[in-house]
Amino acid sequence: MTDETALQRVKFYQTGTHTVGNRLMDKARRSVQASMDRSNAITSGHRACQGCGEALGARYALDAALRASDGQLVAVNATGCLEVFTTPYPETSWQIPWLHSLFGNAPAVATGVAAGMRRKGRADVRVVAQGGDGGTTDIGFGCLSGMFERNDDVLYICYDNEAYMNTGVQRSSATPPTARTATTPAVGDAPGNIFGTGKNLPLIAMAHNIPYVATANVADLHDLEDKVTTAMDIRGARYIHIMVPCPLGWGSAADATIHVARMAVESGLFPLFEAEHGRVTRSKKIRRRVPVEDYLRPQRRFAHLFKKGQEDTERIARLQRMADANIERFNLLGERETP
Amino acid sequence: MKQLPFAITLDPGSSLANQTGSWRTMRPEYVDRLPPCNNACPAGENIQKWLFHAEEGNYHDAWQVLMEDNPMPGVMGRVCYHPCEDACNRGQLDEAVGIHAIERFLGRIAWENKWEPFIDAEPSGKRVLVIGAGPSGLSAAYHLTRLGHAVTIREAGPMAGGMMRFGIPKYRLPRDVLDYEIQRILDLGVKLELNTKVEDVERAFAEDGFDAVFVAVGAHLAKRIDIPAHAAGRILDAVSVLRDMETGAEPPQLGRRVIVYGGGNTAMDVARTAKRLGVDESMIVYRRSRKEMPAHDFEAVEAEEEGVLIHWLRTIKQIDETSFIVEKMEIDADGRPRPTGELETIEADTLILALGQDVDTAFMDRIPGVEMASDGVVQVDASMMTGRDGLFAGGDMVPAERTVTVAVGHGKKAARNIDAWLRGETYLKPEKHELAGPESLNTWYYDDAPPTVQERLDIVRRQSGFQEVLQGLTEDNALFEARRCLSCGNCFECDNCYGICPDNAVIKLGPGNRFQINYDYCKGCGMCAAECPCGAIRMVPEIV
Repeated sequence: MTDETALQRVKFYQTGTHTVGNRLMDKARRSVQASMDRSNAITSGHRACQGCGEALGARYALDAALRASDGQLVAVNATGCLEVFTTPYPETSWQIPWLHSLFGNAPAVATGVAAGMRRKGRADVRVVAQGGDGGTTDIGFGCLSGMFERNDDVLYICYDNEAYMNTGVQRSSATPPTARTATTPAVGDAPGNIFGTGKNLPLIAMAHNIPYVATANVADLHDLEDKVTTAMDIRGARYIHIMVPCPLGWGSAADATIHVARMAVESGLFPLFEAEHGRVTRSKKIRRRVPVEDYLRPQRRFAHLFKKGQEDTERIARLQRMADANIERFNLLGERETP
Repeated sequence: MKQLPFAITLDPGSSLANQTGSWRTMRPEYVDRLPPCNNACPAGENIQKWLFHAEEGNYHDAWQVLMEDNPMPGVMGRVCYHPCEDACNRGQLDEAVGIHAIERFLGRIAWENKWEPFIDAEPSGKRVLVIGAGPSGLSAAYHLTRLGHAVTIREAGPMAGGMMRFGIPKYRLPRDVLDYEIQRILDLGVKLELNTKVEDVERAFAEDGFDAVFVAVGAHLAKRIDIPAHAAGRILDAVSVLRDMETGAEPPQLGRRVIVYGGGNTAMDVARTAKRLGVDESMIVYRRSRKEMPAHDFEAVEAEEEGVLIHWLRTIKQIDETSFIVEKMEIDADGRPRPTGELETIEADTLILALGQDVDTAFMDRIPGVEMASDGVVQVDASMMTGRDGLFAGGDMVPAERTVTVAVGHGKKAARNIDAWLRGETYLKPEKHELAGPESLNTWYYDDAPPTVQERLDIVRRQSGFQEVLQGLTEDNALFEARRCLSCGNCFECDNCYGICPDNAVIKLGPGNRFQINYDYCKGCGMCAAECPCGAIRMVPEIV
């Protein structure tokens, strides 16, 4: 017989960890974002569009990293939306030591900051480098690969909104097939971006055998914070790829940012997983599986697939096959014992 | 603009100078919407609010909130037909929250802990007479007491409780629960005079000096029906049988086979009571089908489980001692029963009529100003007042659905109106919030959770005794069940708006104090409203 009370015994908390906070749950299990004294690494007054997924994702990630490092954190930023909307001269929204140099050199600058701190005997100061998909998968790719290969003590976070949004929505190597951008218009026989062979940066990062790689998404805050916290507990090169919807570039409603991000996960198009030293160790199971249409339809960049009377069933089916392949590859329905 | 050398350190957080609230075309506002459970409750309980406290394990606060509207949670959690659960939005996800079971649990722990309702009204010096100690009268007495008035109840019968005692069998409402919750009302200072039938209401005003009177004598007169009988067998009515169960020295003699005529809840109760008294065959004869019966389905299901045989679509044509000739009916296109001419014979020793009840309004007819509604009930206005100034009425004797919960609601409504009337004012009902329908929720956020099942007494004991059929919840079960509430339309502080705002424009005010929008920076994206699980944020066009 124990003296456990019903409050301790009953493990059902109404909304569990699906909501940001939960007054019924143990404080330790609530998110960083739920706390009244969270750091707000990015404060108000920034110039991100209404409903910006990146502004949200960056605050989620850096607030968690700040907590994990007891506030001893330096952030290095590549050029991109995140840099431009937070820091239009002479103002900045950052409330942490933050550094911007060039579009393509953020990983190298971060490596330098980490080396400098080590030299100064300040190993307690941790370094995060961050950029958008353009700065990460295209322009900064070489520096990033070098940072991985040398196993520099940097957590690199890519906020992936799948195109160059800051300069007017041009295609990047992270733009998905069929998506309309300024440089891949929805015209001709193959409207939107082509079905390429793909450039999956989390898998490329894994191929470097670095200690930790993870994907995350603004629709699942607890998962995102857990991954940032896990990454901060590790020394060496780490990579987290966070999907952040862009209402402007995706043509989704400003209030639908979380919904669209959630549909990406639930359809299987954006798998949430973790990998250590090149091996997938865990994947987040799909909670309520949806067809890819549920993800595509709220976004005008895919509107050409759903023209009345002439739905592009072939391409929709191809996108569905991509989702199905992810589900199989990353065990997103939990059908296998091992990841 | 501040002049700074190029490419040097900028002040942390200096973007606060840029008030992005000016971008906004839509503005988020926190709202409280009306949860469907509250909207459906005939007693006007704030169910969502007391569940909010119960979810935290704060049962005392939950009970106090409940007691603001309903003085008998233990009774209500058992006998109410819970229209709240029919309306519950969770019913569209999996199954409705078992509100009645949690209410019953709160009733039990209030008893175990001897909790008392919180009353702080100053004595008003006014005296109110309540006629009838049924659910409506007891509720009125309780609420009038809470409002500071001195209340006397005069009851014609030998015990308080009305139809809760004389209409609802023990196996649905154990008498110790009823007695305890009535006594708790009396302990607040309500005076109860039993065996005191009020014949002259005017005298109560004139000679006994009451400032206002609330009549709630119920509907006790059994409806009769003419059936041709060569030699009549034993014919009883349901109300008397159930009353005798309470007051009679020994249980009514019913013979070996009993027919109950009717398809309402009372018919089911009598048939089930007969079964428990040990008759060989307890049968119900009802002229329509299961779909049309006025009884609640669970009553018919439980009756059948206990071995009651229901003859659907039959009317009794003729009685010859113990032979009952019944005619088969069919339902026509309008849903009405139509005779088929096909006859059958059923053997029975006793016929119990359960065809509904009328109100004994004789003593009201004499009062000048009091008007009757068409079906023999007393007419009242929106404030529950009859045509006689200061004379209010409620419960089964006024036009309404006849349930304990409606009666309790009448008692509360009448009390508030009497209170206002005594002060020379008119009671103004607080305006209702807009309904929190299922479309206002974002149900993604709620965890899946199957409803908690209340255990039932085993069938053998149900057929042989009057022990309560439906069992209560343990604390663990009650807590789990309370947490199935979606908190429709009312903030439950999940921090979603605070967390998902890309502009940090939601201010968290701390536990119990909810949130506030910082309109200096809110860009009006609407994510907070879209991702609020319970629909407590509304987007409205910005006034330019």
